[in-house]
Amino acid sequence: MPHDRSAASLLSVSALNAWYGESHVLHGVELDIQAGELVTLLGRNGAGKTTTLRAIMGIVPARSGSIRYDGIELIGLPVHRIAQHGIAYCPEERGIFASLSVRENLMLPPRVGPGGLSLAAIHELFPNLRARQDTAQGTRLSGGEQQMLAIARILRTGARLLLLDEPTEGLAPVIVQLIGQTIRRLKADGFTILLVEQNFRFAAALADRHLVMEHGHIVDMISGSAIDSNMDKLETYLGV
Amino acid sequence: MFEILGIPPQALFGQMLLGLINGSFYAMLSLGLAVIFGMLNIINFAHGAFYMMGAFAAWMLLAYLGLGFYWALLLAPLLVGSFGILVERTMLCRLYRLDHLYGLLFTFGLALVIQGLFRQEFGASGLPYGIPAEMRGGSNLGFMFLPYYRGFVLAASVVVCFGTWFVIERTKLGAYLRAGTENPTLVQAFGVNVPRIIALTYGFGVALAGLAGVLAAPIYSVNPLMGSDLIIVVFAVVVIGGLGSVLGAIVTGFGLGLIEGLTKVFYPEASSTVIFVVMALVLLVRPAGLFGREG
Ligand SMILES: Nc1ncnc2c1ncn2[C@@H]1O[C@H](COP(=O)(O)OP(=O)(O)O)[C@@H](O)[C@H]1O
Ligand SMILES: [Mg+2]
Repeated sequence: MPHDRSAASLLSVSALNAWYGESHVLHGVELDIQAGELVTLLGRNGAGKTTTLRAIMGIVPARSGSIRYDGIELIGLPVHRIAQHGIAYCPEERGIFASLSVRENLMLPPRVGPGGLSLAAIHELFPNLRARQDTAQGTRLSGGEQQMLAIARILRTGARLLLLDEPTEGLAPVIVQLIGQTIRRLKADGFTILLVEQNFRFAAALADRHLVMEHGHIVDMISGSAIDSNMDKLETYLGV
Repeated sequence: MFEILGIPPQALFGQMLLGLINGSFYAMLSLGLAVIFGMLNIINFAHGAFYMMGAFAAWMLLAYLGLGFYWALLLAPLLVGSFGILVERTMLCRLYRLDHLYGLLFTFGLALVIQGLFRQEFGASGLPYGIPAEMRGGSNLGFMFLPYYRGFVLAASVVVCFGTWFVIERTKLGAYLRAGTENPTLVQAFGVNVPRIIALTYGFGVALAGLAGVLAAPIYSVNPLMGSDLIIVVFAVVVIGGLGSVLGAIVTGFGLGLIEGLTKVFYPEASSTVIFVVMALVLLVRPAGLFGREG
């Protein structure tokens, strides 16, 4: 792969394997992300994208290999210690808590580092959340608002690496656009982002690089600038 | 003297008070069970044994160290709660990956072991524990006689129950508990030390049982089986209220105590079975319990 692995990566994953019980899902995933980069993970359903994010976060039942973040080995650390190093996860199913109000959902994740967004900045990014902050059940929000909330709550914490799993899935075009703008803004603010997407046209407009995943490993890397000349190849990978 | 439905008010209100006192214990115990079930997914069959340990802790603090009731109120729940945390960290935490049934069987066995040990040491006949001197006697309110200590138990239980409700429903710590009940993995992925919260939750639920035991010591005799008698009724209360809700546990606990008290006035023959009759009716109409989540 053309990407230079020698440059100090913020996140460096190698030989990552993961299992759900007997089923072996990740087979030696290799990936590196530089600080400030926005990298997408593309691939068909079931390729192992979600599992890759979950394995980095430490919430798969079993994993092996190496995950170094900012020089620290994360394999073997308990889940909460991994998060405390400054990694935040926005799950595919959004994970909004029904027994918490919108405000409580937003304020739930504890600080893990300096420099998180202020509440005012978050409300500026997502005015809907300000309007609905007193809603007693987080799950009463619309799908789009729940997605905003799921992203917003990890921006407060001071985490520098964001793992976003299909944030545009099932949302209306205007909301997809808003989330696209938000992600661009976060990159400009210096966040490092690993973004899982099915919608690669959405991803193409944002990312520095694209990693293609098949059957539990990374099979290709396409740089952001080369995406146009590689459309055919990508369409074959993704089966669109 | 006037009468209500043919019953002298002294008798009626007196029995209602007794009912509420029993309800205080039902509420504190079922509240602990609900909190533990929410966070650990374990039905804590050892709850009655922890209640008994609270009463014995009060007795031992006095007999061996000369520390009276107020010290016991503070120290016994701490001691029993710490023991609960020890049990959770060394044994219970190994069972979470397995079926619910293992937690239930383990805590049931643990209750038998604890009871057996106390019976071996102290016999089954019961030990006396006096009402603290300032709270002996009572006063006549006109419509009823209020023994001070019983009034104190009721007030203490109301304060503890609603204090717990407040912490769980209205504070940041409570938000962690509620979120952890829904999705512990995600809460831990945010950087919260969920295993520690689980241990503390168990310790807290157990401490509540211990506190109830201290409050019970001056009223009921302190004996190794005091918990196993009470816990059967408390499980009926839990079935009626449903395990889902903190407020449900509190309201059902007090409510059923009251119903039991009133039954003693109007149809004494049924007073020891009325809770089980209510349980059967609730199971027919709402199997998940009055406050439980369906499905
Ligand atoms: N909880 C689970 N238990 C068992 N198998 C799972 C579980 N989650 C995902 N899998 C399997 O792991 C593979 C990868 O899934 P996933 O990482 O969710 O893929 P993607 O996010 O790329 O669609 C799939 O074959 C899926 O069926
Ligand atoms: Mg997925």
